[in-house]
Amino acid sequence: MLETHLSIFMKAVFVENLALSFFLGMCTFLAISKNVKTAIQLGMAVIVIEAITVPANQVIYSWFLKKGAMGWVNDLGVSTGSIDFSTVDLTFLGFISYIGVIAAMVQILEMFLDKYIPALYNTLGIFLPLITVNCAILGASLFMQERNYNFGESITYGVGCGIGWALAIAALAGIREKMKYSDVPPPLRGLGITFITVGLMALAFMSFSGIQL
Amino acid sequence: MPKAKDVLLDPLVDNNPIALQILGICSALAVTTKMETSVVMSIAVIAVTAFSNLAVSAIRQFIPSSIRIIVQMTVIASLVIVVDQILKAYLFDISKQLSVFVGLIITNCIVMGRAEGFAMKNNPFLSFLDGIGNGLGYGLVLLFVAFFRELFGSGTLFGIQIMPDAYTNNGLMLLPPSAFFLIGFLIWIIRAIKPAQIEEA
Repeated sequence: MLETHLSIFMKAVFVENLALSFFLGMCTFLAISKNVKTAIQLGMAVIVIEAITVPANQVIYSWFLKKGAMGWVNDLGVSTGSIDFSTVDLTFLGFISYIGVIAAMVQILEMFLDKYIPALYNTLGIFLPLITVNCAILGASLFMQERNYNFGESITYGVGCGIGWALAIAALAGIREKMKYSDVPPPLRGLGITFITVGLMALAFMSFSGIQL
Repeated sequence: MPKAKDVLLDPLVDNNPIALQILGICSALAVTTKMETSVVMSIAVIAVTAFSNLAVSAIRQFIPSSIRIIVQMTVIASLVIVVDQILKAYLFDISKQLSVFVGLIITNCIVMGRAEGFAMKNNPFLSFLDGIGNGLGYGLVLLFVAFFRELFGSGTLFGIQIMPDAYTNNGLMLLPPSAFFLIGFLIWIIRAIKPAQIEEA
C-alpha cells in the first residue's frame, strides 16, 4: 500500500517528470522562468491545483464517465425509463469535463484565496488564471485516466506531478539567472539557449530512469 | 485589413508559432519520435486551429468578453473530441501511440492564442486561413524535428529503412532531450538567417 504510493510519488517527481520527459506545461515553463522567486510561486500554484484537480477528475471519471460507472443510478430506485445505466460509456466526454473541472477549480481557488488568504492571493495572483491553460494540469488528469489510478493514488500522483514540475521550473530559473552573465551567440539568445539548457536538464533527469521502487 | 496570402504564409517562417511566439511547444514534442505520428498530429492541430478560428470568429459578435475564455475552451474541446473520435475510429494504432497528446491539443496555446489573438478581431474567412497557416507553421517544426529524430534514431523514415546497415542507431535521438536540442538549433538557424528575430539579452 505505502510502497505503491511511494513508487507513484517518486515516479511522478523524478522519473516521469511532466516538464522534462513529457514536455508538458512548456509554454509557461519557458516564459516564466526568468527569475527564481516568481518561478517558485508559480510552482506552488501548480502543486495546489494539481493536488485538487487530479483527484476531482478521478472522482468524475470513476463515478460518471468510465464504462459501467453509472451503474449506481439503477440502484437509486428512480425510474430511468428504458436506459440501463450500467452499460453507459461516457469516456468520450472526458476532455470537456476535465477542462471544465480545471477551469472551475482554478476560479474557485482564486475566489477562496482572495477572501481568506489575501497574502497568498497577492503572490500567486496573476499566475492562477494562466494555470487553466497549462498542459501539465490537464496532462496529469489524462495520465490518471490512462493508468487507472484509484482515488488515493490519484492524490499522490497529483501532488507528485506538481512537485516535479515546480522543481523543474525552479531549477531552470536558477540556471537562467546565472546565464545572464554568459556570452551567448546573438541568434541563440533567449529562447534558443533556453531550449538547449532544458535539453541538458532533461538529460540529467534521465539518470533517474533506472530507479525501480 | 490583412491580406489573405500574408495571413496564410506569414506563420510559416517569419512569424512561426513555435520558434517566435513560444506557443504550443507543450503537447507536441513527445510525438516527434516518428514521422507518421507527427504527420497525424500536425493534421489534427491544423484541423482544430482552423475550425476553432472559424467558429470563434463567426460568433465573435455574440460572445460577452467576460466569458470569452470559457466559450473558446468549449469550442476547442468539442473539436478535439471530434478529432479524437475520428482517430480512434480510423487510425487506432496511431491514436494509441499519441495517447494523451491528442487531448492535450485543448491546452495547446496555439489554438487558444490564435482564437483570442486573431479570430476575435477578424472575419471568418481570414481567421480560417490564419488557423491553417499557424497549424502549418507548427506542423513544419514538428516534421523537421521528427525527420532528424526518426532518421538518426531508428534509421528509418515513415518506417522504411533509409540508413545503410552499417549505421548504428543513435538511441539518444529517441529520448526527450534530443527534441529540445533540435528545436534549439532550429531557432538558431532561423534567427541566424533573420536577424530581426534576435532577442535582447
